[in-house]
Amino acid sequence: MYQVGNLVKELSAKHGHARESLMPILQAIVQKHNYLTDEAMVEVARELDISAAEVYGTASFYTFLDTQVKGKYVIRVCKTITCSMKGKSDIIHTLEEILKIKVGETTPDSQFSLVETNCIGWCHKAPAILINELPYTELTPEKVSDIIKDYMQK
Amino acid sequence: MENKGLNKVDLIFEKIDNREVLDKGFRMSRDEIIQEMLDSGLKGRGGAGFPTGMKWKFTAAEKCPDKYIVCNADEGEPGTFKDREILDRVSNKVHGGMAIAGKAIGAKKGIVYLRGEYRYLLPKLMIELDAFHKMIKEIGYDFNIEYRMGSGAYICGEESALFESIEGFRGEPRNKPPYPTVSGVFGKPTSINNVETLVTAMMIIQHGAKNFIQYGTKDSRGSKVFSISGDTPTPGIFELELGMTVQQFVNEFGDGDTKAVQVGGASGFCVPRKKFAETIIGFEGVPTGGSMKLFNSSRSMYNVLHNYLDFFTEESCGQCTPCRVGCQQLLKGVEKVKKGEAKSTYLIELMKLADTMKIAAKCGLGQSVGNAFKSIVGNFKEEIIY
Repeated sequence: MYQVGNLVKELSAKHGHARESLMPILQAIVQKHNYLTDEAMVEVARELDISAAEVYGTASFYTFLDTQVKGKYVIRVCKTITCSMKGKSDIIHTLEEILKIKVGETTPDSQFSLVETNCIGWCHKAPAILINELPYTELTPEKVSDIIKDYMQK
Repeated sequence: MENKGLNKVDLIFEKIDNREVLDKGFRMSRDEIIQEMLDSGLKGRGGAGFPTGMKWKFTAAEKCPDKYIVCNADEGEPGTFKDREILDRVSNKVHGGMAIAGKAIGAKKGIVYLRGEYRYLLPKLMIELDAFHKMIKEIGYDFNIEYRMGSGAYICGEESALFESIEGFRGEPRNKPPYPTVSGVFGKPTSINNVETLVTAMMIIQHGAKNFIQYGTKDSRGSKVFSISGDTPTPGIFELELGMTVQQFVNEFGDGDTKAVQVGGASGFCVPRKKFAETIIGFEGVPTGGSMKLFNSSRSMYNVLHNYLDFFTEESCGQCTPCRVGCQQLLKGVEKVKKGEAKSTYLIELMKLADTMKIAAKCGLGQSVGNAFKSIVGNFKEEIIY
């Protein structure tokens, strides 16, 4: 769990206090901390003068606005048809082995979360994943394991 | 039917003098720009294919002083990745197309709604947008573009869901009418156009409608960027003249063993080998926002269908019952038939359900689930059952 501190105040000063500021504010919190805590959402509700249920209702609609604890690096493996045809299962299997977690879980040190996602627009270079916002494409088990090992050094 | 064959062209990604084209566009009157679009026969490149000139004309006719031009860059259809490539390589043409559209409809503000999956592009796009704003200012034209990000919801590619998202709400489609041209983002008259449509509009200003209609067929003017993936030796992005048959397409991009092509993504149509020769890729045959997926005989069409239904079940916004429950039941239904828990005749019931969704679902998502379902089940029934 992170402490939200002054972040929401800073973000609402930057993006404004109107309803249309809600998405940019939530997105900025997720960019920094990878998920939204209840505390953060309540704070956003207070800043925008809307109910916390409105904030949660909006956040929970969007896959990338996680309201469950996520690690520092969220690995999203595309599971849509082309990636699925081109070896997505091998990629998942490799990731599960290296990280010692299953899809949907977060490592105990809160470094990595592993999730599946729908088409990320790299079908011609399948299989593909996103690690936070960066795409990695044309993966093989060897390639993805090298990539994750690099992240582990960070 | 007109058949133009397969012709590769290079217009969308062609490097142009953006300023020169904009100068030309800004010298034209609003009516002249709109007439040029109408003459070009350009239809929206996102997939739905609404005539761009008509959309601009309707928005231009609204009296409201505050209007918007929105660029739909929420490219979520499985198998399309052309808008990412266009924004990556020629964002100046996208921004330029928005300014031209802005002039035509009388909008001073533009919003690009970019899907969250493409956020990595944003730093580069911001630099290019700054340069664009500087140039527009030099020309002495008042127009401003801002970027808004999506957060991983396929449904936000639906125009009214996209507006809801920009306004800070759940991306749930609105009832229509009113249409966006009357009441779009923030309740203002809005022209919402796909990334590629805006670039094509720039191209039409540059070359003139007369030259544009040399490409394509009567029903499908011009060229189009295709996103090609699946069982092909040459996956990638190709700009092709409209008006080729699926057979001609497969001859060029297939691996010699193509059994089906899914045209238009998960919400599009599956064309089996026996219909390759008679099916034109375009609005007179199978329309596409650009997604072309090839499947060879090693692929199970049950797996393809299952993957699509799983996709729709997750991505349905859940607002209307036909789509929310319909997607789930289609998915469960084919699983049951496959496992032998339901008779093969159950597929007939499921086909009826797909028809009901087409009529009763609130938006394009639920209405088009039946396209893939019926064309895959209809053409590959044995693979679904056994």
